[in-house]
Amino acid sequence: MAESPGAPPGPQFPHVQLHVVTGKGGTGKSTVAASLALALASRGRTVLLCEVEGRQGIAQMFDVPPLPYEERLVAHGTEGSGDVYALAIDAESALLEYLAMYYRLGRAGKALDRFGVVEFATTIAPGVRDVLLTGKVYEAAKRNRRNKNARTYDALVLDAPPTGRIAQFLNVNSELAGLAKVGPIKSQADTVMTLLRSERTTVHLVTVLEEMPVQETADGVHELREAQLPVGGVIVNMVRPQDLDAEQRRQLLAGSVDRDTLAKQLTGVGIEADDTLVDTLLAEGRDHAERRQLEDEQRALVERIGRPTYELPLLPEGVDLGGLYELAEALCEQGLA
Amino acid sequence: MRSTSRSGRAKPRVGPLTAHGDHSSSLDMDALIDDRSRRIIVCCGSGGVGKTTTSAAIALRAAERGRNAVVLTIDPARRLAQSMGIEALDNTPRPVPGVAGAGRLDGMMLDMKRTFDEVVESQASPEKARQILNNPFYIAVSSSFAGTQEYMAMEKLGQLDRDARRSGRWDLIVVDTPPSRSALDFLDAPERLSSFLDGRFMRLLTAPARGPARVMTAGFTMVTNTVTKIIGAQVLRDMQAFVSAFDTLFGGFRARAQRTFELLQARGTAFLVVAAPEQDALREAAYFVERLREEDMPLAGLVVNRASADPGGDLSANAAMAAAEKLLTDASDEARLAAGLLRLHGTRKLMVERELRLRRRFATSHPDVPTAVLPALSTDVHDLDGLRRVGELLAHQD
Repeated sequence: MAESPGAPPGPQFPHVQLHVVTGKGGTGKSTVAASLALALASRGRTVLLCEVEGRQGIAQMFDVPPLPYEERLVAHGTEGSGDVYALAIDAESALLEYLAMYYRLGRAGKALDRFGVVEFATTIAPGVRDVLLTGKVYEAAKRNRRNKNARTYDALVLDAPPTGRIAQFLNVNSELAGLAKVGPIKSQADTVMTLLRSERTTVHLVTVLEEMPVQETADGVHELREAQLPVGGVIVNMVRPQDLDAEQRRQLLAGSVDRDTLAKQLTGVGIEADDTLVDTLLAEGRDHAERRQLEDEQRALVERIGRPTYELPLLPEGVDLGGLYELAEALCEQGLA
Repeated sequence: MRSTSRSGRAKPRVGPLTAHGDHSSSLDMDALIDDRSRRIIVCCGSGGVGKTTTSAAIALRAAERGRNAVVLTIDPARRLAQSMGIEALDNTPRPVPGVAGAGRLDGMMLDMKRTFDEVVESQASPEKARQILNNPFYIAVSSSFAGTQEYMAMEKLGQLDRDARRSGRWDLIVVDTPPSRSALDFLDAPERLSSFLDGRFMRLLTAPARGPARVMTAGFTMVTNTVTKIIGAQVLRDMQAFVSAFDTLFGGFRARAQRTFELLQARGTAFLVVAAPEQDALREAAYFVERLREEDMPLAGLVVNRASADPGGDLSANAAMAAAEKLLTDASDEARLAAGLLRLHGTRKLMVERELRLRRRFATSHPDVPTAVLPALSTDVHDLDGLRRVGELLAHQD
C-alpha cells in the first residue's frame, strides 16, 4: 500500500547496521524507533535500542524500571527472533567512560568532575556533547568478538533528537569545526563521522500527514543530504483508519448518502438508529472524508521527497507493549526490517 | 480513608483518593487577557503541542479585545510567520497587519545569535565587544550551545519588558518558549549559563592570566593537562582569551539572569502550560506544573491542544465495533458503508475515552489547575482568521 513503486520485497536496508530515527516532536519517533528495534529482532537479529535525550522513553514504553548507563535486556526474542537490549546514553557517563577507556583516567576523571570540567564539556562546550553521544553509539556498533566480554549487536536503532536538529546532531564534525581543529576530540569526531556517512548507517524520518511535520521532513532530508548523511525511509505514523473507500467518501462529502438505508442497516444489527445517531455518524463520516483529503495532499508531498515510505496506523487506545509489536509487524510487512 | 493531615502545611497533600478528574475548573481565557495587571503570559510545554499557535492566538485575541500586545515567537511555521508579517529574522517587533478592534499587535521572531551579540555589545566597550564577538569559542557558544536559545528567549523577554515599561508601547507580552528537550530548560538555562560563565572551571582557566600569586595545586595542573590533551591546546587558548575578555561581563550576565528570573516570579506574569492529550506531553506538563510551584511562579492553567472531539451519542465504542463486524458479513455497498461509519465512530470513541482518562489522571494529581481543551483542527493554522478561531475556542470552554 505505502511502499514506493518498485520497492523490493523483504528487508530494504539489509546492509545497514545503524538505523537512526528522527521526527518532529509529537510524531511518535520514539514509538517508531522501538517498533523498528522489535521488527529487526523478529528477523533474528540482536538489537541495541539507544536513547540520548534523557527522557527514559524506552523504559516507559517497555514498562521496565528507568534505564541506567548500561545495556539492559528489554525484550526477549521468542523462537527464531533476537533480543532487544536498550541503553540510555547520557553525555556525562559517556565522557567519564571515554576518559577511562582512552586515558586510563581513574582519579583524574573524578578530579575533572570536581573542577566542573565534566559539566562544562557536556552542557556548555558546543558539539562536544553530541560527539560524546554519537561516540558511544559508535563504540557499540564497532564492537567485535575480539573485545572481551562485550556484547556485539547485529543492528542498532538510535532514537535521535528531533528533525529540526538532526543534521546538526549527526554532523559532529562541522559542529566542532572552528572550535577544535586538532586533538583527540576532533579525531574522535572524524572516526564517528566515517561510520555515520557510510553505507552501514541510514537516517529514517518519522512524520504524520500534516502540513508542518511534512514540511519539516522535507527540510530535514535536504539538510541531511547537504551534510552527506545517508537518508533512509520516511515513516508516516498515526495514519487514520482506512475504513471508507474513495466512492463512499465522495458520497459523504456530497451529502448523497441515503439516511433511511443507513438507518435500516443499523437497525438490522440491533442498533437503535434514531435521527441523532444517523446525524452523528454522517457528520463523523464527512469530517473523516475531509481529513482524508488533506492527508492525501500531504501524502503526495511525502512521495515527492523521493524516499521509500512506510505507513503505520493510528492506535486509538495509545501505544502499549502490544501496540509496539503490532507496529513492528507492520514495519516487517512493508519491508523496513 | 487515608489521612491527609500528616504535616502542618496549609495545602493538604493531594493523592489519588482525594480528587475527581471532572472537577478541574475550566480556564477563563478572557478574564486572563482582560486583566490589565497581567503584563506577561509565557506559553511552555514540550515540542509539537502547538505552543507557537497558542501564543499567537492568545496575543491576537488580547489585541482585539483592546490590549497593546507583542508576541515573541521562537520558530513559527513559515506561512503563519508570513501572514503575521514576522518572517524577517531581524529581532525587531513589527505591527501585525489586519488586527481588528481597539488594541494593537506586534510580532517578532527570536534571533538567538543576534540577541546574544546585542547583550555583549550593551555590556562591553566597543573594542572589547569586537574582541568577544570574533572569538571562535564565543561564536560556537552563541550559535549552538544547547541552552542558548532558551536563555536568549528569556533575555529578549526582559528587554521587551523594559522597553514596554519605558515607552508604554505594550501592556501585554506573550512569549512562546523553545521546543526544548525538556519544557523546563528555559527556566534552567540562564542559571546554567551564568553559573558556567562564573564557574570554577572558568576561574581555573583564567587563573594564569590573573597573576603569579595564584597557588597551583596538583589537581589544577592535572586538570589543565588533561583538558589540553583532550580538546587540544588551541581550544584552550580560545577559551582563555574568551574568558579574560568576558571577565568584566560576568557580573552583568548573572544580574540579568537574576532579574529575568524575578520577572517570571512577578505577580503580573502568568504561565500557561500547553500539552497534547498524550501520555508524554501530559507527563511533561505535570513536571512543569510542579516545578512552577517550587519556584513560586504563577501558573494560570493548562491548555490541552489537539483533543479528539467527542462525536456525542450513546453508542459505545464496543457496541459500534461489534455491530460493524456483524454488518461486514454482508457484502452489499449499503452494509459496507454502515460498517465503515460504525468503525469510525468506534475508533473515535476509543480515542476520546483514552484522552479523557489521561486528562483525568492529570486533573486528579493537579486538581487546582484550570484547564482549556481545544479540539484538533482539520488544517494547520496559517492566517489571522485561523488564529482568531483558536482564540475563540480557547475562550469559549463550555
